[in-house]
Parts: sequence; structure tokens; C-alpha cells
Amino acid sequence: MMLDVALHRNLRDFPLEVEFCVEKGETLVLIGENGSGKSSLLLLLSGLLLPDSGKIVLNKQVLFDNLNTIQVPVEERNIGVVFQNYAIFPHMTVFENVAFGLRRRKVPASEVRVRVEEYLSLLSLESLSGVRANQLSGGERQRTALARALVIEPALLLLDEPVSALDAVAQERMRSELRSYVRNADIPCIAVTHSFRDAFALGDRVGVMERGRIVQTGTPQELMEIGSEFLHHFFNGSSQKGNNHP
Amino acid sequence: MNAGKRNFLERKGLFLYLGGGALLTLVLIFIVTPIISLFLRITPEEFLSSLSSPVVWNALTLSLITASLSTLVIILIGTPVAWINARHRYPGREIVDTLIDLPLVLPPTVAGLALLMAFGRMGLIGNFFYQFGISIAFTTLAVLIAQVFVSLPFYIRQARASFEQLDTMYENAARTLGSTAVPTFVTIILPLVKTGLIAGAIMSFARALGEFGATIMFAGNFQGRTQTMPLAIYTAMQGDLIASITLSVILILISFIVIALVKLKLKGDA
Repeated sequence: MMLDVALHRNLRDFPLEVEFCVEKGETLVLIGENGSGKSSLLLLLSGLLLPDSGKIVLNKQVLFDNLNTIQVPVEERNIGVVFQNYAIFPHMTVFENVAFGLRRRKVPASEVRVRVEEYLSLLSLESLSGVRANQLSGGERQRTALARALVIEPALLLLDEPVSALDAVAQERMRSELRSYVRNADIPCIAVTHSFRDAFALGDRVGVMERGRIVQTGTPQELMEIGSEFLHHFFNGSSQKGNNHP
Repeated sequence: MNAGKRNFLERKGLFLYLGGGALLTLVLIFIVTPIISLFLRITPEEFLSSLSSPVVWNALTLSLITASLSTLVIILIGTPVAWINARHRYPGREIVDTLIDLPLVLPPTVAGLALLMAFGRMGLIGNFFYQFGISIAFTTLAVLIAQVFVSLPFYIRQARASFEQLDTMYENAARTLGSTAVPTFVTIILPLVKTGLIAGAIMSFARALGEFGATIMFAGNFQGRTQTMPLAIYTAMQGDLIASITLSVILILISFIVIALVKLKLKGDA
């Protein structure tokens, strides 16, 4: 179980060109400024955006390969995605949102109920089960989006700013829960964020993205020790950027 | 100098205020007076007794049936067309869009004549069917075709706008959850644009109900078969003015309900 990626795609302002590997049970956090291509990379992996060239292999199954013209449709990739704006279906209840992926897979109703309830309690959403999604707060939407992505038991998890809408205490808890979930499920996980706190707490490995490229990778500790321009002005504030170049 | 300028602006504001109020009042009077005049020309007893006259009854049932059917046809054809034009790019999309809107600006009598040229016995399509003994012009089917022709753009425009306003993130999320195109359309997209589609369908229904020019040119004016309410109003006006007014009052009431329904629907959406 692992993810192997090498792909190229021309974005509006710059080409996105990345090559990396994520092991099973491992979380790779990609950190970078807004517009560095993080979210586009997630769209490319999920299949919602097509690479110009390259190859995506997940658990020995080729999802995309332009040389052999292989292109597995989004619907068949079994990738759990949490979008930056959650994309919770507003006309459905929390329960129906989480059940959606299972129902599309024709899972029997009794099993749907058991599995949805399991994930609702994992994300402390039990009391909101029957609430219509358009009445949820930002944090509740985010947790619903997570439950909806996890309940389908995805082969890969893609998270776009997965805890940004939660308050500080809930963020802390969610990061550690996500981490243990990925370990237990033994699947690769990629999270993109511009929060270094997320990167540090969530990532087994961290990649720094700049203008469509991963310019540095390492464990959070390694990156701290080596130092990087991005991290420097992250810690020192972008207003003082000029003074802190090594 | 500044004070003087402000004073002038304030006075200008007052003039605008008064002018706007007067204009609004005039417009209201202009719209409401004819409608009230209609209601004043008929007593409730006359209205009720006229309702049972065959001309009125035939026209009313024919109109309601054909307008409902044509709205159904419009929804079935228009929804996929609006979806395709809202979400897919293909060569000639702009031309298709313009052609769909054409019946909106075409004078209805021209539309009727054009339909007759196409579906009449000698027409491009009509001739083909006539070989099998089927004639389309001057039948109830022609009423339906005329109504669909003139009201389709009302629905497609509204439906397309609703689809375009819908964020693609919902479809994207549904796809990542394993939902293919048709289930996504039915379980996610349709419920989210429902309000807009219903508003469009109601507008189409109202347009079909009021259709006159194309119908009389292409379907004729036969009581019970092609004489819809607007045609019956025109015909009865020359003999039985009370029947004519009765039908008009019914049409006004329906139009009023239609507008109220659309407003309620759109409010519910916001």
C-alpha cells in the first residue's frame, strides 16, 4: 500500500511539477503559501483535474498514466477528499451526508447505519446526526466532511486545510485523531496547509511547496534544523522577510 | 459655497424622491386600472353562470390540459439542454444558445406561420407524417407544439442560470464519493437547483396558458379541440362579452397565483 506520483500540469501562472512517494500509514504534509499549487495537486490526485503528463500509482494500481493512456475515473478511485470549503451537501442531514458514499456503493441499509454511526461518534457528531447541513457551524461542517471522507474506507486520504475551521483545542485533538486514524487504517495521506502547526503535528514528512514545485522535504525536525526560506519568514513574519534571509 | 452646493444636492434629492413617487404611482394606476375595470364589468352571478357555458368550460379545460402537458414536455427536454449548455463547452454553444432564445423575440404570429410551414401538410416535417395519414396542423397536438415552441426558452434560460450558479464543488465531492453522473444529477444537483427550475417551469406554464398568436395561426380556432382560453376570449368578445370577461378573469387569477408562487419560491431559495 503506497502512493507513487510523478506528474506535470501547466497551471495558469506556472507549471506544477512534482515527484514523490507516500508510504502506507504515512502522512505527507505539503506546506506553502496560497497559490503555490497545493490545492491543484490534490485535485490532480483525486482525478478532478487531469495532469498533462505523468503517472499516479496507488497500491500497484495505475490511476493515471499518459504513456499508456490509463485514466481511472474519479468515481472509481476510492480516494477520500476533504475539500477546503468542505462541500457538505446543504440539502441533506449530517447522517445523509456521511451515508452518501456508502449508499452509492449499494451498501445494505443496516450496515450503512452501523458504519455511519461509528464515524459520527469518532468525530463527536452523534448529536447532530439529524441536523440539516446548512445549519452547521464551520467546525461542524469540517468534521462532517471528514466523517464523509473516512467512512468509505478510502485507499488514500487527501485533506485540504483539514482543521482550519476548528478552535484551538479541537484542532489539537483532531490532528492527533487524524494521525492515529491514518496509522490504523494503514493508508497514505496527503494534507496541504499553510499552517506550520498543522505540518508539525500531522506530518510524518513535510514538503515545502513553492510555485508548483516541492522545493524541500524532510521530517518536521529536519526541516527545522536545516531551515528553509519559507519557514524562516513563517516564523519571523512576512513583514520582516527582508531581514531574515540567510 | 460648499453649503450652497449641499443644499442644492439635497433639493435635487427631494425632487428625485417626489418624481420617483409620482412615476411609481402612475405605473401602478396604468397597470391596475384595466384589471379592475374587467372585474367591475361582471357580477359574481354572471361569472358563475357563464362558467357552465360550454365555450368557457371547453376553453378552460383545454387550456389547463395543454399548458400542463407542454410544461411537462418543456421540463423533460429543457432540463438536460440547460444542463449541457451550463456545464459543457462545445463548438457552436453560443449559436445554440441564441437559437434557443429566438422564440422569445419572434412575434408569435410569425412563430405560428413558421410552424405551419414546417408541420403543415406541405411542410418539411408535416409532409413526412402526412404520407402515413397523420396531420399535425389544426389539431390539439398543434396547440401543444405551439405552446412548447414559445415557452421553452423561458424555462431553459432560468434553468441554465440556476445550474451556472451552482458551485461545482458539490458535484466534485459527490464524484470523489463514488457517485457517477446520473445519481449525482438526481441526488445532488436537482435538489440544489429545484427552486430555480420550479420558478422557470411556472413562468413557462404562464406563457403557454396565454399563448394566442402561434396557436391561432398553426392550430386554428376550433372549440373543444384547439380553442384555448385566449382564443375563446377573442372569439366570444364579438358575441358574448360576459363569457369573454369570465375567461379573462380566470386568466388574471391564474396569472396572479403564478406570480405569487414564483415570488414565494424564489424567496424560499434565498
